[in-house]
Amino acid sequence: MLAAPALIWTAVFFAAPFMTMAVLSLWQRSDEGLVAAWSLANYAAFLERPAFVEAAINSLEITLSVTVLSVALAYPLAWIIAVEMPERYRRLALALAVIPFWTSYVVRSYAWSLVLARRGVINDFLGDMGLPLIELANSRAATVIGFTHFFTMLLTLTIYASLVQMPPNLRRAAADLGAGPWSTFRHVVWPLTLPGVAVGAFLTFALCIGDYVTPQILGGGNDLALPQLVMLQIGRRADLPMAAALSIILMVAVTLTYLGLARWMRSGR
Amino acid sequence: MTAPIEIAGLTRRFGATRALDGIDLEVPAGAFCVLLGPSGCGKTTLLNIIGGFDDPDTGRLSIGGRDMIGVPAAQRPTTTVFQDYALFPHMTLAENVGFGLRMRGQSRARRAARAEAMLDLVGLAGQGAKRPAALSGGQRQRVALARALAVEPDVLLLDEPLGALDLNLRRQMQAELKAIQAKVGVTFVHVTHDQEEAMAIADLVVVMDAGRIEDAGPPERVYRAPRSRFAATFLGDMNMLPGRVTGGRVETVLGPLGDATALAEGTMALACIRPEHLSAAGHTTLAPLTTARIVDAVFQGTHRKLTCLGDSRQGTTLVAHLPATAAAAPGDLLTLSVDPEMVTVLPA
Amino acid sequence: MLACAAYMALLYGFIFLPVAVLALFSFQDGRFPIPPFRGFTLRWHEAVLSDEDLMAALANSLGVAGLSSLVALALGFFAARAVASGCLPGATAIRAALTAPLSVSYLVIGLGLLASLNLMGLRLSLATVAIGHVVINTPLCFAICAAALGPPQQAAERAARDLGAREWQVMALVTAPMILPALLAAFLLSVTFSWDEFIIAFLLSRFDVTLPVEIWSLLRSGLNPKTNAIGSVVFLVSALAVLSIELAILRRR
Repeated sequence: MLAAPALIWTAVFFAAPFMTMAVLSLWQRSDEGLVAAWSLANYAAFLERPAFVEAAINSLEITLSVTVLSVALAYPLAWIIAVEMPERYRRLALALAVIPFWTSYVVRSYAWSLVLARRGVINDFLGDMGLPLIELANSRAATVIGFTHFFTMLLTLTIYASLVQMPPNLRRAAADLGAGPWSTFRHVVWPLTLPGVAVGAFLTFALCIGDYVTPQILGGGNDLALPQLVMLQIGRRADLPMAAALSIILMVAVTLTYLGLARWMRSGR
Repeated sequence: MTAPIEIAGLTRRFGATRALDGIDLEVPAGAFCVLLGPSGCGKTTLLNIIGGFDDPDTGRLSIGGRDMIGVPAAQRPTTTVFQDYALFPHMTLAENVGFGLRMRGQSRARRAARAEAMLDLVGLAGQGAKRPAALSGGQRQRVALARALAVEPDVLLLDEPLGALDLNLRRQMQAELKAIQAKVGVTFVHVTHDQEEAMAIADLVVVMDAGRIEDAGPPERVYRAPRSRFAATFLGDMNMLPGRVTGGRVETVLGPLGDATALAEGTMALACIRPEHLSAAGHTTLAPLTTARIVDAVFQGTHRKLTCLGDSRQGTTLVAHLPATAAAAPGDLLTLSVDPEMVTVLPA
Repeated sequence: MLACAAYMALLYGFIFLPVAVLALFSFQDGRFPIPPFRGFTLRWHEAVLSDEDLMAALANSLGVAGLSSLVALALGFFAARAVASGCLPGATAIRAALTAPLSVSYLVIGLGLLASLNLMGLRLSLATVAIGHVVINTPLCFAICAAALGPPQQAAERAARDLGAREWQVMALVTAPMILPALLAAFLLSVTFSWDEFIIAFLLSRFDVTLPVEIWSLLRSGLNPKTNAIGSVVFLVSALAVLSIELAILRRR
């Protein structure tokens, strides 16, 4: 009984809209409004139009590089905080590492556009050092940097959590049995923290591939990401069915990744 | 295969507390040494220093004649059975036991054979494919032991390995540990706060308190003739009668006790008697020590524990363990005697 | 050790760089928030305070965040209690259904709502934004409450019922106080999420907008110290809110 309000709310404002989207994706836009065409034409159009496929590839490339970069940057930081640092400073160090998390999402991307602008802080610094300037503003690199900044913070949290969960005696046991630092990491620490890393990486993947704000502000509008394409459909073209179809494709990509990950985690241990 | 441990002048401070305050200890090769003491006495710190997980502030430590200060854990001829076992949860038992050999670059086949042999040694033959999560506490303890022994250390360190087990299992594992130690011949250094465990398994008991060694020696000697007041009381009940040293004996309210003490004439001393060394008239031919009135009598299965008030001008409380068959009830009068050889004299 | 310190310095530098630049150039005495720094002024902060659209958007954001979080918390708490009581058939299915929105991107949720609201003929307003925020925050509140409810609560609830408490009394006098830190955390987390949410608010609002949407339209004017000013003020407020969550939860422990 008590679960009913939440269930009804979820059904009406989440499940029903979702079904609506699925249905809409099979319709067509025409000059007179929406036509219940019941065809896969929108999905076919996605495959046929190079701009659409390119956006999907852009999205995948951006998302994958962000995920890899963020894990690579966050793991050592989480390690230093969770293992190398004296215990009483850990909370403080962790809190510091995620403070900028709480800048408004839109503002954070804007702030990066300031940093990376052609006459922004970085180029100002490079100029002072007498080094050549770099063109980072309005590019894919800017998008990746903006994303990586956000997800490095997120992953530091999740990786830290899986590192502190690991009993410290496991590392001592490995060392005791003759494993050097690298062997200990490879055979004990990494396999045991891998599930935590995988969950964080999936979160990164899912949030990153569905985000509109960061590529829109930092990407410069040249190589579009999938969410930007979705927004273009409803904005300039008022093509809700196409937007719906693209959203479904986006969702399927995330779901497939999730299923693959879940299967891998189950088989791996 | 096995090696002696030599420790001299070892100290370790954590902030203002002295975890170890001048430890001198020699453990002969192949001995089963037990570090015994209350929590916080420094026994685990000492074990960590021997194992290479902590460094002393001052002092020397050598194993098999080789200086160990500054040598990392991985390169010491020691391995450790951790209190929480620290089994690798993502590896099978065979992989756990073979881990140390893998780190030494041994072939897969040799690792598998050795793992199987070690699992067999600890009574887990044929279970190498299981994961630690599928085991009971006692079984995990055995795997930890097998893993530590698989690399053939000279010294095996055990950090309260039986602490998490229930009493029955604990007694059983003590016997097995002792048997395994005898078989492999490796020097064992075992930490515990359970004095019964210590006496049951040790060749050498080291009683520690507040970062110092209070007594060290074979369990019988340490139990019967402890060299400090702390060691005397930590290993079990002890009657302590104060008095002045007169003619090599301690002049107590119950008369002169002990013999040929080395303590200086006229100094204050304690005559110590274990409760089971007091016996009642009718059960002994010894000369009577005192008559006493029973205040409390508790039946404890193997014996009857009596609390008595000595019949002297200053009432002295004595604890005596009499045979369970002895008839004794509160209020009864009792004549107690003691074998003079069983009296230990300690400085007061 | 030195390598660790160097790496930390490098990463903290990377993490704080945009925030530092944002805050610094909000004081820029000039028209562009880029180097060189021309001097210190508060005029952009004043401009923010006297910008009625921004102030209205700020109020809208607070209202939407507070209201939607309250609704989400109520829905999530009741549902969590129903599922945790264990006497509900299909608890696993309900759990899955209620947490499903967590795995769908905000863009898709927003689009779906936009499409169905269109079909229903509902006009877009702050209310529709709030509806969207309830959708994304209910699973969160549900998960946090469900995690906090365990055997201790059930034992206490049984005792309360045994002593004659009615069901609503059990909930108000026993369950809720016992998991108050979790309720507080869920509410404040929801507020932060709603406060910062852009895409749903962007899709589902029309004339009255929330702060992130207003800032978005401000961005169209390009680089502007005024955006820096509102951005750093928002950051300060959010950071203080998070700090108070931390303190609230830590104190109660």
